[in-house]
Amino acid sequence: MLELISEKILTGERISVVEGLRLAEQGDLYRLGFLAGAIKQRLHPEPWITYVVDRNINYTDICVSACKFCAFFKAPEAVGGYVLTNEELAKKIEETLELGGTQILLQGGLHPDLPLEYYEEMLRFIKSFDIHIHGFSPPEVCHFAKLSGFSVAEVISRLRAAGLDSIPGGGAEILSERVRSETAPRKCSADEWLGVMCAAHAQGMRTTATMMFGHIETMAECFEHLERVRNLQDETGGFTAFIPWPFQPANTVLAHLPTATAVEYLRMLALSRIFLDNIANIQASWVTQGGKIAQLALFFGANDFGSTMIEENVVAAAGVGFRLSEREIRQLVEEAGYQPRQRRMDYSLVEERK
Amino acid sequence: MDMMVKQAGLGDLLDKIRAGVRLSAEDGLRLYRSPNLLAVGYLANIVRERLNGNRAYFIYNQHLNYSNICTNLCKFCAFGKEKGSSQAYEMDLAQVRAKVRERLSEPISEIHVVGGIHPDLPYSYYLDMLKAIHDERPGLHIQGFTCVEIAHLAELSGKGLVATLQELVAAGLGSIPGGGAEVFSPRIRQLTCEKKLSGEGWLNVAKTAHRLGLRSNATMLYGHIETLEERIEHLAALRAAQDETGGFLTFIPLAFHPKNTALSDLSKSSGIDDLKNIAVARCFLDNFPHIKAYWVMIGPKLAQVALSFGADDIDGTVKEELITQMAGGESEQALTREQLLRMIRQAGREPIERDTLYNVIQAY
Repeated sequence: MLELISEKILTGERISVVEGLRLAEQGDLYRLGFLAGAIKQRLHPEPWITYVVDRNINYTDICVSACKFCAFFKAPEAVGGYVLTNEELAKKIEETLELGGTQILLQGGLHPDLPLEYYEEMLRFIKSFDIHIHGFSPPEVCHFAKLSGFSVAEVISRLRAAGLDSIPGGGAEILSERVRSETAPRKCSADEWLGVMCAAHAQGMRTTATMMFGHIETMAECFEHLERVRNLQDETGGFTAFIPWPFQPANTVLAHLPTATAVEYLRMLALSRIFLDNIANIQASWVTQGGKIAQLALFFGANDFGSTMIEENVVAAAGVGFRLSEREIRQLVEEAGYQPRQRRMDYSLVEERK
Repeated sequence: MDMMVKQAGLGDLLDKIRAGVRLSAEDGLRLYRSPNLLAVGYLANIVRERLNGNRAYFIYNQHLNYSNICTNLCKFCAFGKEKGSSQAYEMDLAQVRAKVRERLSEPISEIHVVGGIHPDLPYSYYLDMLKAIHDERPGLHIQGFTCVEIAHLAELSGKGLVATLQELVAAGLGSIPGGGAEVFSPRIRQLTCEKKLSGEGWLNVAKTAHRLGLRSNATMLYGHIETLEERIEHLAALRAAQDETGGFLTFIPLAFHPKNTALSDLSKSSGIDDLKNIAVARCFLDNFPHIKAYWVMIGPKLAQVALSFGADDIDGTVKEELITQMAGGESEQALTREQLLRMIRQAGREPIERDTLYNVIQAY
């Protein structure tokens, strides 16, 4: 059975959820790595591994969602929550541009009362710096729609008009209603998350997709997630990349859960590469795994090192301290036998800086 | 998955390893140079499972670094300090006793005693230290004094290597750790640690100890200025010594940590190189019972992965290990037993808590 599934994968055939689950149960680390590596090689015969230079700007940490797996948010009634001013935004963007950055990853909590116009204004302000804005994950877009009374498609179109270039895949967590109702009941549903991406793709916008695993979900629910992402990608082709990472429990309501180990991470990464035959790029998560495991991820299906994350707050709030400079990322890639290349959100290459 | 190894151009080595045929130096170099990390890991795993099945060992131990004062001052070391330096320290016997006493409530089976080459502590200090440890905690296995320290003690005692080892054993020494081997090549020693005991000297101490019935470990410090050929020469010298005596228990590749050393312009080892050193050693050192992925050096995440790349041991719940820490090792100071068990199980292995000599204390 494993041999048959492996052969299917190596000949470029799609595997079913049942086959994926069989591989997850019975495939050893070498098999998963070998199969994921073969697909990566087929999709990316080029001798480089890409990364993006960007900065996470979290415009507010005030959030009505109160997800159990989050260590970043402040409830609206709590003290110490912030909303960034234009001066603070400007400083962060200028620093990013100075470091050769091409984009801003703009995400924040679900603020209870900022109007849609506020976000449009923020986008116009950021756009005045001529930088790509990868911003507002689906839970934020859904939240804006609810507050403003506009449809999701209308919200996206207004944000686009104000300067939004692409949408990050955050907030997907596990796209299974059981898992969402137990961990993030106030966050948008799996259908709503996919609905935002579908609407964005329909308007010609590219987006990414993520999966946060290693908490209360079952392997079958992970595959439900992967299948829903794969199905939407069949319809729209709008996802540029998939990024799986393990839940980081420290400082969250679920702090009693153990952190997924490196082997579990590499296996899930490989399974994602194998199953998502229609998504071009898979990113390694050095921010949760550290440089050494991220380097190994390149042997388990990843073809992209993700972002330099000049600033990162959400994972850091969960007590994970990995930091890498662009120089270190380039070195890790070189040590793995590849050329490091800076890219943009759409995976076009940035000319090498001297 | 044999196909993967054949595609990587290592089919002949797969045949050799399956048949239990010893690898040549050239074979070892091919493994080091192969870009196919997974194939090398797969080969190492064949040897690993033949020798150690699905077991993954760990030990509950205590580290005691009695002094960092050292006359060798090797360029790759951030621990050793000159006498008189503001960062220099040495423990007197009362401090050694206190260190042992403060952890009496923990189920420690081994104490790992390593220090610098001290310019003026007398020979009696070392014998008294062993006796003091035993006095505080009878029955605790003392793994102490690298071959470099033992050679120094033999010089201090003036009684020769054999008599010195015998006196150390009589005072309570149970086995010898693998440190100080670095890279045996005279070129490397000349450039990085010219005052240190030579490679030949190191092997001589180890073999002499083995003949007296002491078991010892062996290490290799990689990732500084050594070539792949020098690594293989090092492994070949260890394999030849083991053929003679059979006294080595475990080989432990040690990743060089550049921070705070005289070689701080070099970069840290890569994850790939860490796994390669474990895997190539497992394939090449066919006569070593165990290969350890020392998690303090390479981090717990990579040590877990290493259990699939030839390692069968991840050391243990180490506390107060100073030598790597001084060189900017970023690993947590100690893993709990629960964390170790989970790491091992999630890697698909069976956790075995062992003593120094690999007797089973508990299978989980």
